[in-house]
Amino acid sequence: MHTKTIAELIQGLRAKEFSSEELTRCYLDRIKSFDKQVNSFVTITEEQAMQAAKQADKRLSDGTAELLTGVPLAQKDIFCTSGVKTSCGSKMLDNFIAPYDATTVERFNKAGMVMLGKTNMDEFAMGSSNETSYYGPVRNPWDLNRVPGGSSGGSAAAVAARLAPAATGTDTGGSIRQPAALCNLTGLKPTYGRVSRYGMIAFASSLDQGGPMTQTAEDAALLMQVMAGFDQKDSTSVDREVPDYSATLNDSIKGLRIGLPKEYFDEGLEPEVAKLIQAAIQEYEKLGATIHEISLPETKLSVPTYYVIAPAECSSNLSRYDGVRFGYRCENPQNLEDLYKRSRGEGFGAEVKRRIMIGTYALSSGYYDAYYLKAQKLRRIVSDDFRKAFAEVDVIMGPTSPSPAFGLGAKSDPISMYLSDIYTIAVNLAGIPAISIPAGFINGLPIGLQIMGNYFNEAKLLNMAHRYQQVTDWHKKIPAGF
Amino acid sequence: MSLLPKDVAKVAHLARLALNEADIPKYSENLTNILGFIEQMNEVDTSHIEPMAHPLDAHQRLRPDVVTEHNQRELFQTLTLHTEAGLYLVPQVIETKIEE
Repeated sequence: MHTKTIAELIQGLRAKEFSSEELTRCYLDRIKSFDKQVNSFVTITEEQAMQAAKQADKRLSDGTAELLTGVPLAQKDIFCTSGVKTSCGSKMLDNFIAPYDATTVERFNKAGMVMLGKTNMDEFAMGSSNETSYYGPVRNPWDLNRVPGGSSGGSAAAVAARLAPAATGTDTGGSIRQPAALCNLTGLKPTYGRVSRYGMIAFASSLDQGGPMTQTAEDAALLMQVMAGFDQKDSTSVDREVPDYSATLNDSIKGLRIGLPKEYFDEGLEPEVAKLIQAAIQEYEKLGATIHEISLPETKLSVPTYYVIAPAECSSNLSRYDGVRFGYRCENPQNLEDLYKRSRGEGFGAEVKRRIMIGTYALSSGYYDAYYLKAQKLRRIVSDDFRKAFAEVDVIMGPTSPSPAFGLGAKSDPISMYLSDIYTIAVNLAGIPAISIPAGFINGLPIGLQIMGNYFNEAKLLNMAHRYQQVTDWHKKIPAGF
Repeated sequence: MSLLPKDVAKVAHLARLALNEADIPKYSENLTNILGFIEQMNEVDTSHIEPMAHPLDAHQRLRPDVVTEHNQRELFQTLTLHTEAGLYLVPQVIETKIEE
């Protein structure tokens, strides 16, 4: 059962090959047997899962089931889940039981999906390796001595090891796509505003976006259908019709124009990765697409720009954690300032503190123009680069990550870690959608191909990804031992 | 731009973060390197560029002025042990002098 995609599980449930209870039990058992090795879950919601599965089986037999009813799913621990601990990977929220559901969670619950648990992540989604989690690093099922990527590392590892058939992720600078690439999954970062951010714990509000992490593009389309759409409760949610993502998966891609930004293939890219990406692009040529060299000149500057904007927004968002109303509170505070300072100092980890301080500095009196305003201007330039490119081509392709998964502890210097997101960050600054799909292996480690699209073109990205997955089988490979 | 240990202490105060004294030199080094890295932004002339605050350049949506949130004080106050009579408890803020 556990090797099936969501599309296959839907069929199995309808053909009564297995019940949702059997399916859910199967995944819960797998989590119990294998998660000691990967550490992909912070919380396992066994009791609620079995209850939800029972409910789903009832709906499946009385005809009220929706398409995804009875299918299990793991939620990144950044999405608030009513009555269930929502830690965001932080000691600060280790005691936080969310009093409400995130819109994404509410939508999946309504669709009858069964939540297996909450997945591990970098603290407050700040990291590219899942090593900043309060709950310890997640290990990559393809090589347990390597990182799964981050920040949605727990979601990626759980699906890669088939401890869940799919999971949710969030992407502020690559946090869905990079772990998807490093763990051989399909990961879609939608257009900013496409998926509600309500109840998704904020890191950098003008960049954060939730999306699916799945085995196939077909599955990503199924989950997007539930996640996407207007939400009154999110002031940046976009009120725009949601297309039928599954309906266009098989569309021909003949004549489609693919842009290859030369900056994505420069000396920073490992040659072995470049080779696999070129091979994937050749597959697209065989499918009838045409290839065009383009330029995204300020790609390199997207990283420093991001590391002003994201920390600035984080320093503002994370000011809510003050030890008073919820979250960690220090022992015996001497006065109010001591309560704030020690609750935050003891509750946050080192990377979160670094980003809060960078953000505080960039926004402080006398420095605002030189840092934050400058970064916002560069953001416009990076974004305009994409606009110009999309006037010439339909999609843009390149690597998701400059290298395969790196070793645990290998990037202890913050800047070398930041640079691992060089190919994913510009997408968030511009707010466009992008998908990462499996494109081969180097010494047994997966590599991801990134496809970027114009605003609200998720259906085109899923179509491109699906057509590739019809003629390749990288996405079907499962790590040995799981 | 370098952030000396005393600057780190000042920024940490502004951010209301208590740091261990022993960790400050490391933060000073890290933050200085990060700021140095960020300096790359100055390679590009942006004098005629409009700053971009929102990826879709959208404006804040307006809605009718009706009540959509209801008071859930009791539920929310279950999230901390430090409440009394519906209020949150913090260390005393106003100094009082009690005459004997």
